[in-house]
Amino acid sequence: MNVGALVRQPLVVALALIVVLLAFGEWLSPGFAAPQQILRLLIVAALLGIVAAGQNLVILGGREGIDLSVGGVVSLSAIVAGNLMSGADSGIPLAILGCVATGALFGLFNGLGVTLLRIPPLVMTLGMLGVLQGLLVVIRQGIPSGRAAPALSQFVSQPFLLGLPGIIWLWIAIGVVMALLLTRTVFGHRVYAIGSNEHAAYMAGVPVRLIRIAIFVLSGVFAAIAGICLLGYSGSSFANVGEQYMLPSIIAVVFGGTPLSGGKGGYTGTMAGAVLLTILQSILTTVHIDESGRQMVFGATLILLMFFYGRGKAMRA
Amino acid sequence: MAGAARTSSGGFRRWMERYPFLPALLILAVLLALNGFYQPRSVSLVGITGLVKTYLALMLLAVAQTYVVYAGDIDLSVGAIVSLVNCVIVVLMQYMGGTAFSALGAIGVGLAVGLACGLVNGLLVATFRLQAIVATFATSIFFTGIALYILPVAGLPAPAAFWRTYGGRFLDIPFVFYVAVVLAVILWAMARTRLVMRLLAVGDDAQRAFQSGLPVTAIRVRGYVMTGLFSALAAFCVTGDTASGDPLVGGKMTLYSVAAVVLGGTALSGGYGTVVGSVFGALIIGLINSLVYFVGTPSEWQNLVQGLAILIALMAGVVVGRRARA
Repeated sequence: MNVGALVRQPLVVALALIVVLLAFGEWLSPGFAAPQQILRLLIVAALLGIVAAGQNLVILGGREGIDLSVGGVVSLSAIVAGNLMSGADSGIPLAILGCVATGALFGLFNGLGVTLLRIPPLVMTLGMLGVLQGLLVVIRQGIPSGRAAPALSQFVSQPFLLGLPGIIWLWIAIGVVMALLLTRTVFGHRVYAIGSNEHAAYMAGVPVRLIRIAIFVLSGVFAAIAGICLLGYSGSSFANVGEQYMLPSIIAVVFGGTPLSGGKGGYTGTMAGAVLLTILQSILTTVHIDESGRQMVFGATLILLMFFYGRGKAMRA
Repeated sequence: MAGAARTSSGGFRRWMERYPFLPALLILAVLLALNGFYQPRSVSLVGITGLVKTYLALMLLAVAQTYVVYAGDIDLSVGAIVSLVNCVIVVLMQYMGGTAFSALGAIGVGLAVGLACGLVNGLLVATFRLQAIVATFATSIFFTGIALYILPVAGLPAPAAFWRTYGGRFLDIPFVFYVAVVLAVILWAMARTRLVMRLLAVGDDAQRAFQSGLPVTAIRVRGYVMTGLFSALAAFCVTGDTASGDPLVGGKMTLYSVAAVVLGGTALSGGYGTVVGSVFGALIIGLINSLVYFVGTPSEWQNLVQGLAILIALMAGVVVGRRARA
């Protein structure tokens, strides 16, 4: 691969930008790129990255697929987990089961709406987001926010194996599973197939609807897992804690080299995209500027970074 | 018999082709009737005035969103533009002493700010070909940053001349009705312009529009500029309604504007739709919210019922609209 092709590889671009940003952060505030700090960054990135795994599948599946409801599912899952475990380790298995089922259920609703009723994903998941936000209000009136079990908090923040906390290992495992799923399984190939040309895939005998429903269910499940981890990270859940993941999860996917048109890309890039986005946000909280300046720099930097990634084709006659 | 059924469905189809907002109008009528049934006062002049006063901003923002959706684009920064223009005009009016003249000057500056924001979005999405969803999300962060710079905390009051006019009466008729009438005339005239035709042509098939000689990029940029301008108009209404400046006031409105566009029968894929539908869509959202209140839903359940009702309306609208076009 020559140099020109290499710099067009989104993963290479993302990794290079990560190194540049880390160096820049270290220059701004010495100690920014210390191992302990990087570990902390990776934990935050893992939360975003797990949400982005589901988002990645939905986007790969094409048909302008995006899932705007992930933020709502993250919030809901955090509150369900907090109540099912209510600070006790023994409640963790039930909490995981309950959350995954909740995420899968809302993913299933999305998937059914998108396939059976052929509602555009953006519309369906936008409507579902409204429902989830309403549901959160109801739940928060009736029950306390719940607490994370000690083992869950340890899993997210304390070293587990080779000095890395469990959540990092979980993220790596998700990365490996996603890579295998997308490149080595029939399911993965079908996701790309319906993403690049749904009609052709249908003609070739791909169960388009079933695959698309599965994609949305997985998106809900990943968001639910992220919600559990988020509870472990923050100790207790609070209102709309997941909202911060809605659009950033899409940006992580785009920065990872999966265009919103679907059909190409992968999760390895998305992981790098999640790390990139997290480092950028972290640098902005490190430097001493107003919230206004922070937002302006963040927005401008996102725009700037987007120029590195697959821009649309120019019109040709 | 079968023949008759076919002609009648063909007629319906032709009606839908010309007036894609018919399902929205029907939903709107039903909601109005239900509102009137549960709370007779809500369909009185006072009730309707209150509804229009509160939701005029969302109507305008939905109209704003429609122009880019025509061309198959989307603008997730409309809410941030509302916040920015709101802060700019409130601070400016305060600075200029809060006179009627200052209000006029602020409106001029506000329109210029909206135009500039739209131009930035248009250049990024159409000229530089960034993906609309993520690019306009990024600009929304940027615009919010500027709004926070201009007015770091919410609560700076707008001059009384501004909100008294907006909430007041002129010749015994509420001011917002004049605004609504002027708006209706503008939209009616706009719908016949070459720009709207071209936006729809680009949304229908950009490649074919390009091949038939349309300046696709310039048209899409103009769509974003229109969106910016109408977002500024929405900001004036927000300012008139809330009577203060708030750097985050528009944030929640963005996704509602998209929902209103879809409720109005406009296709997000572009090439098909009306601004009138989007106005109806915004009113549908407003009427759902008030109906949920009037039927006596316990306060903690209101958001959920609203969310469910909007989801069902969205789904029904998409399905009926497609049935009619298929």
